[in-house]
Amino acid sequence: MFGKKRVAIVGAGVTLFRRNLKETGKELSFHAAKMALEQAGMELRDIQSVVMGTAPDAFDGVHMKGEYLADGAGAYHKPYTRVFVGGGTGVFAPLAGWWHVASGKFDTCLVVCEEKMSSCYPHPQYAFTTIFDPILERPIGMNLIWIFALEMNRYMHKHNIKKEDIALVSVKNKRNALDNPIAQLAANITVEDVLNSEIMAWPVQRLDVSPTSDGAAAAVLVSEDIAKEVTDNPVWIDGVGWCIDSTYWTDRDLYYPDYVEYAARMAYKMAGIKNPPKEIDVAEPYDPFDYKELHHMEGLLLCKKGEAPKLTREGVTQRDGDLPTCPSGGLLGCGNPIAAAGMMKVCEIFWQLRGEAGKRQVPGDPRTGVAQAWGDLMQYGSVIVLRR
Amino acid sequence: MSVKIKHYPGEEVETKDFREGKVLFESFRPKAKYAWSAGIAISRFLEELKNGRIIATTCSKCGRIMVPPRIYCEKCFKPTDGWTYVKDTGVINTFSVSFIAADASRLKEPIVVAIINLDGASEGMGIVHRIEEYGDWREIKIGMRVKAVWKPPEERTGAITDIKYFKLVKE
Repeated sequence: MFGKKRVAIVGAGVTLFRRNLKETGKELSFHAAKMALEQAGMELRDIQSVVMGTAPDAFDGVHMKGEYLADGAGAYHKPYTRVFVGGGTGVFAPLAGWWHVASGKFDTCLVVCEEKMSSCYPHPQYAFTTIFDPILERPIGMNLIWIFALEMNRYMHKHNIKKEDIALVSVKNKRNALDNPIAQLAANITVEDVLNSEIMAWPVQRLDVSPTSDGAAAAVLVSEDIAKEVTDNPVWIDGVGWCIDSTYWTDRDLYYPDYVEYAARMAYKMAGIKNPPKEIDVAEPYDPFDYKELHHMEGLLLCKKGEAPKLTREGVTQRDGDLPTCPSGGLLGCGNPIAAAGMMKVCEIFWQLRGEAGKRQVPGDPRTGVAQAWGDLMQYGSVIVLRR
Repeated sequence: MSVKIKHYPGEEVETKDFREGKVLFESFRPKAKYAWSAGIAISRFLEELKNGRIIATTCSKCGRIMVPPRIYCEKCFKPTDGWTYVKDTGVINTFSVSFIAADASRLKEPIVVAIINLDGASEGMGIVHRIEEYGDWREIKIGMRVKAVWKPPEERTGAITDIKYFKLVKE
């Protein structure tokens, strides 16, 4: 066992994901946190520490965003930390929650992730322009979709991957989302729909991309002693891993996310997983773009480099396949409120392992699942392994 | 999304609801301005761009010739040892053809942007810049050779845009 205490998730909650929700970030945080507490059968007074995950302040236009959201996350008069590692935040926040409890310092930790992107006008993408180097990159007129397009093109080139095969991910995830009550962009679409959609930044087209969204997600983490008191079916955090690559992103080969592999190896080693494709029953790789699911399946060592499109084409990653990926519908189908989207993936694995996923339930009584998020300038990987 | 949860909170509104005054809101436009120091390494790099040259730094331990230059090698975590010029020619490592501007508005004419691995730098190292004079964008390929097109010396300001763009060149 790593740390002083084994850590379990005992409750989870997610709000609707929508392009624009009437609720404030604080209100969304409250709803998700309250739902997670109710599912755990616990109350705020049982919570000893709170971790908030939320992405750039520029979306909300409120600096000190962590502090701004604290009340909604249930942090009043409690030890509270906001963590932020770009798009990787949604899976990093429960990792931070894990060390709060695993260290032995706290028996309980409420982890809340929130994003409200709709406040930023005319489009939240503009806030992303300030992530680039001010001297060398911004004068070129960078926009966020470009860097995905650069990475996607490099990935396609290196393995000779066709856009048709990548589009299958979007088709699958949007269809999976039809069974998800929170989903923003659930749809039955075809590969042709993706290939005929508007070109945004070649090779990225409209239906290759997840939308911007508002939403929140939360989970209650507790030590083993508390878990036994509050539930008969805890889900254990058995592996955690995180890693960052160099910010000199023009000096790296973007075809493969080494940093995701390093994070995955760290998590698998802790969980005692030696053969990830065999030992992992359900996966939620980060899919803000369709090619990213493939990229991340490879980084997560769920298949060999360049092999993920083949597995997708053969149906292996379908909900009833040997390695179901993004049964939730992922970001492509559910929406992408950055930090909340990553946390939603952790919640989905939690519910899948408890057999509570309803129509989305993957068959075969899954025991082990992995969720992963990715962020910053194509450089951050966060990985969590959950077990029943 | 558990079968045990019957209600998922959230009230959807549409952007037009704001325009039509159906929801209460406040708007604010920040007036923050910034002046960034280019730093030790990049100041030298920008000065050399003004001279029409691209300069890199070297690390004697790992042997890398690094561009953009830096005063420390992030792998060896030691100060870099020297400066050396690299060429203003190179290879397209990857590229994108963008039909959207930074604020997600649509462009009539696309912008082509590429990571360019510069000749003389260590393998795979390069900068991001625009590509022009490419003809039909559908003909652009990874691996094509490019060369910098510079602003005239009197127009250079010591900025990355002293290179106007890179153009495709025949082998």
